[in-house]
Amino acid sequence: MFNFKTKSLFGQSKQLEQQIDQFVDILSEVGLVFKSIISMYLNNDNTDKFDEMVKQVSGMESKADKITKDVERALFEESLIPDARSDVLRLLEHMDELIGMYQGNCYHFSIQKPNFPKELHKDLISLSETAVKCVESLCLTTRSFFRDIKSVSDNAHKVTFYEKESDKKFTSFVRKIFDSELHLDQKMHLRYFVEKIDRICDQAEDIADEIQIYAIKRSM
Amino acid sequence: MDLTIIIFLLGGLFLGWSLGANDAANVFGTAVGTRMVQFKTAALVCSVFVILGAIISGAGTTETLGKLGAINALPGAFAACVAAGLSVYIMTKFGLPVSTTQAIVGAIVGWNIYTGSSINIKILFTIIATWFLCPIIAALIAMLFFIITKQILRISNWHLLRLDAYTRTALLLVGAFGAYSLGANNIANVMGVFVPISPFTDIHFMNVFSFSSKEQLFLLGGIAIAVGVFTYSKKVMFTVGNDLLKLSPPAAFVVVLAHSIVLFLFASQGISNFLHSINLPAIPLVPVSSSQAVVGAVIGIGILKGGNEVQWDIAGKISIGWFLLPVIAALISFIILFVLQNIFNQTVYF
Repeated sequence: MFNFKTKSLFGQSKQLEQQIDQFVDILSEVGLVFKSIISMYLNNDNTDKFDEMVKQVSGMESKADKITKDVERALFEESLIPDARSDVLRLLEHMDELIGMYQGNCYHFSIQKPNFPKELHKDLISLSETAVKCVESLCLTTRSFFRDIKSVSDNAHKVTFYEKESDKKFTSFVRKIFDSELHLDQKMHLRYFVEKIDRICDQAEDIADEIQIYAIKRSM
Repeated sequence: MDLTIIIFLLGGLFLGWSLGANDAANVFGTAVGTRMVQFKTAALVCSVFVILGAIISGAGTTETLGKLGAINALPGAFAACVAAGLSVYIMTKFGLPVSTTQAIVGAIVGWNIYTGSSINIKILFTIIATWFLCPIIAALIAMLFFIITKQILRISNWHLLRLDAYTRTALLLVGAFGAYSLGANNIANVMGVFVPISPFTDIHFMNVFSFSSKEQLFLLGGIAIAVGVFTYSKKVMFTVGNDLLKLSPPAAFVVVLAHSIVLFLFASQGISNFLHSINLPAIPLVPVSSSQAVVGAVIGIGILKGGNEVQWDIAGKISIGWFLLPVIAALISFIILFVLQNIFNQTVYF
């Protein structure tokens, strides 16, 4: 009838803290794997290794999904953080979408095998790196939301910076594609991939904006 | 025990129920309102500690209330309690966190006027002064602890979930302290008028343990408060917790802490004696209003945050209730005394 869960409450909190940390780790690692996948794809190094890495991303996405569901269930069942519960759940869901975007990109490269000419490789790598940096900054923003609320705006600012960088690189990259001598169908195909990578940064910036509002709500 | 005595004691129990339904809810109102503590858990902890506070430390404030108007007939005490209980019930119906203290003081003054007994003006002024002081002191204490808590949170960098666990535990602990202080301070309102005419006798267990008639009365009053907490306090808890100012859980902790300290200050014989021993003015042991303490603390935090978030119209509505309540209680007391004396032929004073 009465729920005195002080001891289990601390145990439960610790477990959830670890799960949330693990979730953010996955997001960060997926980015690094994505970066390797792009360079591996462009260099046409090792097809087996490439497929293996795409599978790895898929496994990480499933793991992140499971964590999101576990955290969601625990927060509701134990009525934890009633004032911030919906914010945290929305944050995890949106970050999970970000992992899904990485995974989608990897699959599209694996299935559609876009043909990027040699002179565009550098641009694609650079854009991917900026997207990964942007998401890494988002990971820092998320961690500071949970542990060090006063650093949220500093880290969110970095996300915005990388998003702007990405926009610039995207514009010049697309211009380069359409200024080239490639066929229109190929141009359209390449633009599709470049756009999808740039969208990762847009999503990261939206999440960073959300976190800043959650942080204001969390202040005493 | 005579059946009429039981019936008259029911008046006190009714008032105890009202106090549980209204004032006791303030202890856990912010915690339950912010959904950090479940209502059932809050009600259980509150009930146990109210009873302990009443039995262990309830004597000081009872003495003060006795000096205001020594009601010397059981029907008179019954009338005062029913009047106070009814007036609190009416206010609670409107969801206003009013004060049982104000109600019983109004009812005792009503008895004094009806019987033509002299009112101890000095005591009355002391009590009324504490009604003004109590919310102000609560606001100041809340502001101080709000700043301290904010600093601690800024330095500590606890994970959101860890902070949640700490806050829940802190709310339960400080709620238990608040309930104890409430029992110690406010039991006088419920059973104070019955102390001089207690129908109980002291119980001794082999010269080791004794249970005085006063303590038996306080236990009975404490149980009545507990019943009030369980049956009717939920609505007021949500009014205090949500309507006046939306509080974050750590701020809710500060509110309960400030409230508990104020009630403890005005009930603790030990602190009063200590201040007296170092030549400082002793704190009067007066039953103060837990509702006023909570509202004062909430507004204190609101002011610290710039004052924009406080629902001033609700605060105004609550304040009007505070002014109306003693008057209503005095009037009802007067009417009940008249009915008891002239229709039921009861002796309401000697």
